[in-house]
Amino acid sequence: MAEITYREALKRALREELARDPEVVVWGEDIVAYGGGGAYAVTAGLAKEFPGRIRDTPIAEEAIVGVAIGAAMGGVRPVVELMTINFALVAWDQIVNHAAKQHHMFNGTINVPMVMRSPAGFGRTAATHSQNFDAWLASVPGLKVVEPATPYDAKGLLKSAIRDNDPVFFIEHLQLYGTRGEVPDTEYLIPLGVSDRKREGKHLTVVTWGRMLVETMKAAQKLATEGIELDVIDLRTLRPMDLSLAIESVKKTNRAIVVEEGWRSIGLGAEVVASLQEAAFHYLDAPVARVAGLEVPMPYARNLERATVPFADDVIAAVHAMMANQY
Amino acid sequence: MVLIRVFEDKCAEMYAKAKIAGFLHLYNGQEAIAVGALAALRPDDDLVTHYRDHGYALARGLDVPAVMAELYGRSGGTTGGRGGSMHIADVSKHFWGGYAIVGGHLPLATGLAYAAVHHKTDRVVLCVMGEGSTNIGTFHATLNWAQLWRLPVIFLVENNQYAMGTALSVHSSVTEIYKKALAYDMCAERADGKDVLAMRDAVARLAERARKGEGPALLEAVTYRFRGHSMADSDVQRPREEVNEQKQRDPITMFLNDVLFKQNLIAQAEVDQIQKDVEAEVEAAAQFADASPEPELNTLYKDIYAQSVENMQVDGSLIRPATVLSRNGKHG
Repeated sequence: MAEITYREALKRALREELARDPEVVVWGEDIVAYGGGGAYAVTAGLAKEFPGRIRDTPIAEEAIVGVAIGAAMGGVRPVVELMTINFALVAWDQIVNHAAKQHHMFNGTINVPMVMRSPAGFGRTAATHSQNFDAWLASVPGLKVVEPATPYDAKGLLKSAIRDNDPVFFIEHLQLYGTRGEVPDTEYLIPLGVSDRKREGKHLTVVTWGRMLVETMKAAQKLATEGIELDVIDLRTLRPMDLSLAIESVKKTNRAIVVEEGWRSIGLGAEVVASLQEAAFHYLDAPVARVAGLEVPMPYARNLERATVPFADDVIAAVHAMMANQY
Repeated sequence: MVLIRVFEDKCAEMYAKAKIAGFLHLYNGQEAIAVGALAALRPDDDLVTHYRDHGYALARGLDVPAVMAELYGRSGGTTGGRGGSMHIADVSKHFWGGYAIVGGHLPLATGLAYAAVHHKTDRVVLCVMGEGSTNIGTFHATLNWAQLWRLPVIFLVENNQYAMGTALSVHSSVTEIYKKALAYDMCAERADGKDVLAMRDAVARLAERARKGEGPALLEAVTYRFRGHSMADSDVQRPREEVNEQKQRDPITMFLNDVLFKQNLIAQAEVDQIQKDVEAEVEAAAQFADASPEPELNTLYKDIYAQSVENMQVDGSLIRPATVLSRNGKHG
């Protein structure tokens, strides 16, 4: 099994699905000519392999998503790249009022089998280019929302998303494209809607997703040297959200922290906390805690940016605080 | 056209009787556009419209009782009561729906046109909107894209002179709407939206060139609403003289007097019979709608997703695991 980057894993998923199904097309801003294939190089080289099926589009997110919806209604399977998730706001009407509504509002007679790929997160990109909209997206019935954290999951989930008959918003992360992990050369799929235990431990449950899984795993490694074993649950899919593993884990460890990069208030973590206490209140030895991003527009300056989003140290501090308290 | 007129009048009556609720946008005065445009197209050409969609549904040959039942919010409706007046659809007749976010359906129509090309068919797409939608960004983004990719879509703008209650000269810097398409090097025409044959001929011409791969077009149909924007509109903003003057040019009587009678194609007795038949048909539709049951409550969660995934329950409406559902009896 070879170690490849998250970026390469995504490209392999696209390549395999393009080769498998002639209905699959890939559209986006600057995904063909620019720099050889995409602002983050995920589609590099694909246009040559699949002539006419990888296309550069105008900078017009509402049209990128909307034309893809129409094509999907007509039986095509478009995968569109929105250069950053912040630009998805330009297409919000199409995502929420159209993609998510078609199947139900038209009584099951219209399908929208499409994928919207887009990176969230930060990278010295300042306030309008550093956001997370996982909670917004995951709150919409009719959408499926996926946020893989590892190259292995990224490939398997993207392939499933492309084959899925519903609109799937596939959230990537600027800081993850270069991360590496083992990915089999043989084909595999990871089903949507299934969470995954990324590390087995008995002392405390951490529920997380996306980039924060990477930070949580770093924290878990460090904490293990102190004798604290984290049970790490990666949600992978945010809607529909599979909390069965997380609940089972909390019943074992009796302590839980939800770790997310986005803004704390009214974030997705709040939903997870609420669900955990609904399902496992009597098992909890401590209130479920949250590690989350600070509620400020992201500054450009390096030190301020780093202060805004959580890293492994923040997870460690939260674990220490919870383990120190005797309830 | 007579069917649409009688249907819409019945809708107004039933709205007043609270059989129909919410938004109800009637098509009186604009009938020649839908009837003329669809007469020029094949039944397998795709149709996507704005929310003033009853006329298109009837002109496309949708089941009249089902359309009425949809307005009543009943299970016998075109989408089982899910959509209501603004979202009539019948995919089996290539009517992909009425849409209610102004301009939001334009890219969808363009995507359907892409699908037609992708699947190597010669279908064209008719995309209907009001002139108010030509100010929204999505209009411009879509026209640019459709022309850029030479997609077979006809943008039909029903210019009824008012965006809701705002007059054309107040809401648009360009009042000859077809000119907006010229900015994208798109074929653009203007026609009398009250002349059903002019509409048919214009759409036929534009559909033929789109079918041949010559690209999209925009057709401005100049028309006028005989009623307010919706049933909620008191219509105080339009001068009475203007409304009355417009009603002098009624598309139905125009077609009757200028074409059918003039060329001896129809006798008065036949006209009377059509009126009578249509009134009976619409009355029967209203009775069907009234008798049609409301949708079952247990269908509420049906079809939120086309495809279920593992751990999803009740058709995927919930994000909670089953353990919570059984504890609470319903989702929290």
